[in-house]
Amino acid sequence: MTTTTTADRATAVAARATELSKIYGQGETRVVALDRVSVDFRRAEFTAIMGPSGSGKSTLMHCVAGLDTFSSGSVRIGETELGSLKDKRLTRLRRDKIGFIFQAFNLLPTLTALENITLPMDIAGRKADKAWLDQVIQMVGLSERLGHRPSQLSGGQQQRVAVARALASKPEIIFGDEPTGNLDSRSGAEVLGFLRNSVRELGQTVVMVTHDPVAAAYADRVVFLVDGRIVDEIHGPTAGSVLDLMRGLPGGAGGTATGPLNCELDAKGRAR
Amino acid sequence: MFRTALRNVSAHKARLLMTVLAVMLGVAFVSGTLVFTNTISDAYQKSSAKGFDQVDVAVRPEYQDSRGDRVGRTPELTRALLDRAAAAPGAASATGVVTGFTAIAGKDGKLLGDGWQSAGGNYWGTEDARYPLVAGHAPSGRGEVLIDARTAERAGYQVGDTVRLSVDGPVLTPRISGVFRTDDGNVAAGGSLALFDTPTAQALFGKKGTYDEIDVKATAGTSQRALKTALDEALPAQLVETTTGKRLADDQAEMISTSMSGLKRSLLVFAGIALFVGTFIIANTFTMLVAQRTRELALLRAVGASRRQVTRSVLIEALVVGTVAGVTGLAAGVGIGAGLRSLLGAFGASVPDGPLVVTPGTVLTALAVGIVITVLAAWLPGRRAAKIPPVAAMSSVHAKATTKSLVLRNTLGALFSAAGVAVVLAATTMDTDSAQGPMGVGAVLLVIGVFILTPLLSRPLIAAAAPVLRVFGVAGRLARQNSVRNPRRTAATASALMIGLTLITGMTVMAGSLQTSIDRMASSAIRADYVVSMANRGPLSPDVARRLAGVDGVTASSPLRNGASRIGGETEYLTGVDGSAIGRLTDLKVDDGSFTVGGSRIVVDKDRAREHGWRVGSRITAHFEDGAARGLTVAGIYEGNDMFNGIMLDNEVLTPHLADPADMRVMVRTRGGASDGAKDRLEKALGSNPAILVQDKKDISHDIARMFTLMLNMVYGLLGMAVIVAVLGVINTLAMSVFERSQEIGMLRAIGLDRRSVKRMVRLESLVISLFGGVLGIGLGVFFGWAAGELLGTKMPTYELVLPWGRMALFLLLAGVVGVLAALWPARRAARLNMLAAIKAE
Repeated sequence: MTTTTTADRATAVAARATELSKIYGQGETRVVALDRVSVDFRRAEFTAIMGPSGSGKSTLMHCVAGLDTFSSGSVRIGETELGSLKDKRLTRLRRDKIGFIFQAFNLLPTLTALENITLPMDIAGRKADKAWLDQVIQMVGLSERLGHRPSQLSGGQQQRVAVARALASKPEIIFGDEPTGNLDSRSGAEVLGFLRNSVRELGQTVVMVTHDPVAAAYADRVVFLVDGRIVDEIHGPTAGSVLDLMRGLPGGAGGTATGPLNCELDAKGRAR
Repeated sequence: MFRTALRNVSAHKARLLMTVLAVMLGVAFVSGTLVFTNTISDAYQKSSAKGFDQVDVAVRPEYQDSRGDRVGRTPELTRALLDRAAAAPGAASATGVVTGFTAIAGKDGKLLGDGWQSAGGNYWGTEDARYPLVAGHAPSGRGEVLIDARTAERAGYQVGDTVRLSVDGPVLTPRISGVFRTDDGNVAAGGSLALFDTPTAQALFGKKGTYDEIDVKATAGTSQRALKTALDEALPAQLVETTTGKRLADDQAEMISTSMSGLKRSLLVFAGIALFVGTFIIANTFTMLVAQRTRELALLRAVGASRRQVTRSVLIEALVVGTVAGVTGLAAGVGIGAGLRSLLGAFGASVPDGPLVVTPGTVLTALAVGIVITVLAAWLPGRRAAKIPPVAAMSSVHAKATTKSLVLRNTLGALFSAAGVAVVLAATTMDTDSAQGPMGVGAVLLVIGVFILTPLLSRPLIAAAAPVLRVFGVAGRLARQNSVRNPRRTAATASALMIGLTLITGMTVMAGSLQTSIDRMASSAIRADYVVSMANRGPLSPDVARRLAGVDGVTASSPLRNGASRIGGETEYLTGVDGSAIGRLTDLKVDDGSFTVGGSRIVVDKDRAREHGWRVGSRITAHFEDGAARGLTVAGIYEGNDMFNGIMLDNEVLTPHLADPADMRVMVRTRGGASDGAKDRLEKALGSNPAILVQDKKDISHDIARMFTLMLNMVYGLLGMAVIVAVLGVINTLAMSVFERSQEIGMLRAIGLDRRSVKRMVRLESLVISLFGGVLGIGLGVFFGWAAGELLGTKMPTYELVLPWGRMALFLLLAGVVGVLAALWPARRAARLNMLAAIKAE
């Protein structure tokens, strides 16, 4: 990466969705998963996407991350418009510009921790940036366990490997899909700490889907989705503020009157 | 439970498809063999029974081996005997039968057929009931001949044409006086039959005034049995034996079914190999199905199914699969049987017509084989399924592949392999005849041992491929790791391929070595430029040797003449040679004494000398056919081989004692060595006889090579089935492994592995597994080929192991191709995987 792009990072937008819609099926079975969603993910910011089950939060992430196609609207990662990309270019974009952390760790059992971490670079056929790699490994505290296979690691350690893997290629943006979903609270807290540190100290951009208010509280900003629409967002959230806001949201079963509540909770969230 | 099992079958149709196919191929092979052999033997039996229509009682000479010191000669069926037979009460007529070899040349002057089925005979009187004439009239004298309608049609001959024939030497050019129809099995199977009038046939076949058989027809109302009794009384019992026509037909039928059962057995061996390979695939499939369904099965247990019920549900699945495979296999087998018959027809070996025979036995066998094999192979996986604890229903993750230690397995495998190698090695030091059993046992032990050891072997062998795979980057590395991930499964898949390739390689090594050594033997022992023999390897008239000796440019020639004798109370076959020339025509290693043949001086081969305790200088007495005795002295002891062995003595000594001298071969040396011109002169001197082959060393090598090539091709074809089944196994394993790893593949796609690389990863895994099986198979095959060669080597001094490197490379390449082809579909599936669905935690 050149110095100019690093400079851009401070201000620019890492990923942007504009009027993004995703519709499944037709006629009777038509389901609108995303309904003209517009959202920016700024560089060096930690964003959490929240919402009840079926709200479209995962779909939003998948579409923005180039894992899924969308029906209309546009998505940009950095300067690249995703809508027009064929599978091959899209794959390369994911490989070079995006990092992923999944709920089920998703490590290759045959590879050691280090090999898992450098996998995206290996796929690209690139050499890892040694200094950066050391820094990342240091941060997630895996220096001692690089030679271990996933089966020899605890869940928390496995997810730390996944975090390191996502960071290792210095991606434009990192997406996490319930990264703490399968972890106990202590391991979860560690992983979230690393994600936050990678934003604060390493200047990375992280977008995370979660339904856990405590996890969301680690983010700089929380975006709330209901029925495929962004209904609210909080900057500088706490677990309490997130929880309060969620209480007011319809439980996924098609609630109404979100507007007034949003305003109130929004204000509360910001007050803290 | 039955319903669950059925549902499971229909839910996993695609995955079970390969299993069904694998079993089906094996069953088809088995039932095809049965249908084919039953059909053929039925047709032959019917046609041969028709052949005995004209015979009520056959009178044949009473064969006698020997009387005292005199070599036995068969009593002659003379005209006087025939007349006595015809006069017996109940006899309507008697026909004298004369048979022999008669080669017919086509219009291009070349021999019709391959020489083995070129028969000749006599036409009895003016109207012979055995051979109804289609056109023309009965032959008379040397100038006329009858030929069978099939041959006439094939060669385009018509009544009135002149045809070139040869019986044992000189060429005859009679006119075709007529064409006849016959049900003769030989003719039906693509041979030819030429008939002369009886005196001519007797003269040509060297049976002046005698017959080979007298067929007696009974008067109306006389039974075959009654006629036989009457004939037994009328004819001297020490000279002839009588047999009823029914008995002859039965004997023939019996003989046909015996020879068919040999063919059937060898075909079934190959079918068995294919089925054996199939069991690996079935076991593999069911193991994987059970592993994938761990939660489901645990749920059944949780809601109250007993272990036995779980096992049974798996076995019922296997039963359904086996039944489907058995039924489809049977159908395919009937097709194969019909196909084989017409294939034989296409090769010119036409088979008598007859209906396709599908016996209830065939149907039962096909179904039983399909079902039993499948259920047996699914037994272990079924037992494993029952061991799943109910609590597994609650755990969220896929059942991990059993990480049970391989220690026991490796120990067992090592023991088996070591025992196998030891037994095979021990067998190579034994003598040829008693070693075959131990050799077979050792081979089976070793194959089992290696099969048990394949999981262990897979790691180092596949690791050895790492440098090559590294070229392919991440895809290569992942492929290598994936292929050793489940060593048991990789082993089972590779073993399936291994078995086929072991047999193919072993056969190739053996055949190649044998061919080379026979070739070498032929060329090293022969100093002659040409070897002249009959197309059917039958006896040559002494006239041939005489003519060849007189050809311009011939510097030395000698016939190899047959003669029987009694020496020390035992029958010994003598080879009469031209004593003055034989030394210049052969190059046999002399162990003791000198290679001198002439007068009373003879040479004998090492084995016979040892058997009789003869040394150089030993004096022996031989009693010839005519009863005369002669004292002989052993002048030299030589190392014999297939072509030259036994006792060689001078023709000047032997021939006077022979009533009907005949030569097996004539060796000829020409000035300036073999050349087209010399060959031409020799052939011309024999009247360009279609029945006589003039071969130089190259022709002989070519003949030997052709024989081996034909045999190898047949074996390849038959073992090809086992390889096809193995390919199905590779496809199956890959499909399963892609399915099991869909989450991983989804993740890899998400973090940037493109479709091409995913495909490449699967393909490389397939390649690695296939090549692994290939390397094991070729290695084992070479070992077995070597071991078998060691055995043969004791009998053949010129034997030397020849490793067919080119062929072996080809087989390895074939294994690679198998791998790539097998990966086509699984790789596509992997690349098309729905990424999002795959990534989801469960």
